[in-house]
Amino acid sequence: MSEVLATAAAALGPQEQYLEFLSQGRFMLQRSLSSGRYVFYPRVLIPGTGETDLVWEEAQGTGTIYAITVNRARTGSHNVALIDLDEGPRMMSRIEGRETAPIGSRVKARIIEEEGVAMVVFDVIEEVAA
Amino acid sequence: MNQAIRGKTAIVGIGTAGVGEAKGFSAMELLGQASLQAIADAGLQLQDIDGIFAATSSHAFPTLSVAEYLGIKPSYVDGTNIGGSSFEMHLLQATLALEAGLCNAALVCYGSNQRTAGGRLVSMSEPQWHEAFYKPRHPITSYSLAASRHMHQYGTTREMLGEVAVSARQWANLNPEAFARGPLTLDDVMASRMVSDPLSSADCCLVTDGGAACVLVRADRARDLQRKPAYFLGAAGAQWHRSVVAMPDLTVTAASESGPRAMEMAGVSHADIDLVMLYDAFTINTILFLEDLGFCPKGEGGRFVQGGHIAPGGGLAVNTNGGGLSCVHPGMYGLFLIIEAVRQIRGEAGARQLKKADIALLHGNGGTLSSQVTAFLGSENAL
Repeated sequence: MSEVLATAAAALGPQEQYLEFLSQGRFMLQRSLSSGRYVFYPRVLIPGTGETDLVWEEAQGTGTIYAITVNRARTGSHNVALIDLDEGPRMMSRIEGRETAPIGSRVKARIIEEEGVAMVVFDVIEEVAA
Repeated sequence: MNQAIRGKTAIVGIGTAGVGEAKGFSAMELLGQASLQAIADAGLQLQDIDGIFAATSSHAFPTLSVAEYLGIKPSYVDGTNIGGSSFEMHLLQATLALEAGLCNAALVCYGSNQRTAGGRLVSMSEPQWHEAFYKPRHPITSYSLAASRHMHQYGTTREMLGEVAVSARQWANLNPEAFARGPLTLDDVMASRMVSDPLSSADCCLVTDGGAACVLVRADRARDLQRKPAYFLGAAGAQWHRSVVAMPDLTVTAASESGPRAMEMAGVSHADIDLVMLYDAFTINTILFLEDLGFCPKGEGGRFVQGGHIAPGGGLAVNTNGGGLSCVHPGMYGLFLIIEAVRQIRGEAGARQLKKADIALLHGNGGTLSSQVTAFLGSENAL
């Protein structure tokens, strides 16, 4: 379902609106009504073509791992991944519950709270051979 | 493409200071020492400098800080900051300013004390809000992501990446100024500590101190000065993204755009190029840039570097100073590419001197594979 911005939310820029949605447990993406194109990270325009008729839509939440690394430090390791969302845009995120996962694996988003901040992370739902 | 500025300016003086470790010296002090050396090398006086081109990781307004420190009131400045590639761009900006008569002697300069000041990469680069949740450790996270994708897509291996580090070390062992010297085998690289998969500590550039500077004048004046001029042949920059998230294809950098444009301006083809200086912040850089600059097909960079092909005595002379991996990397390495190219073109490179060094390609990289600037320098024979 697309959603035109609520009046109260419209007082905020897209970045703050996105974070506000996240804090409500919702992973939302912007889409241009005229071109149908999605954009992430949230902006005031579709980059390159400039459409400003953007509405928020609930993300499908599914995507594919495009690239992944494991940052190793004495204090602990964590992975950092680039996820190609099924809607098109790419985002940085983390694969939960495991050290790493093969590129090409299918993943599904969920929202967690970490250090008081709501954020999107992904679980592997279909692993491909490395 | 416009070749109107090809050969119209030349580098007539170079200087370095504190390459490696310079305990007790500030970034500006190293920049100042390198600048004085470059000006003296050119046979000019400090008061002859009327154009300043500068970028550092520690000065918000680098041209203001440099002008004040040196006591110069420049008629033209440019502080373009596109990370480590800034200085290749400064060659282009300085050439444009000199040709337009906006200045007569251009100083391109840089200094950093990041090794002795803290031993960590110093950066004024701000976190990207949409990435910050996931604690990326830039720059290495971005380069590791690119390496992971290249390995996935093209079968590039850690051994191939390691070969880049080994080749760089072999060149460094011929360079008395290089900071990391001594034997380094592929086994050593493979056994080194993993930092960010698939890149290990041996895949990462050094963290050193160092200042560097060069002086450019118009070509007619260059011929009257004491040093053999290194002529500006062409340059082009391409900027496609800021954050690695916005890089369309992590296996294709904007060097694939800057390279052809610079080659056209310089009027050179691959067979003409004697020296290739690539910004090797990480081993994957060398592989990506060899591909994107057209030395081998996309995806073949890993296989291209195998068997010592870019090592001393190999088929292509790449990073003859030892590169950012083994010579020097004070945070923004781009000016050191220029220093080595000028030394080779002058015939002052000692044990690592190439038999023929008439045309050098310099490729600067900035940010997280974000800014790509390709430049060409050449000897009198290249004109």
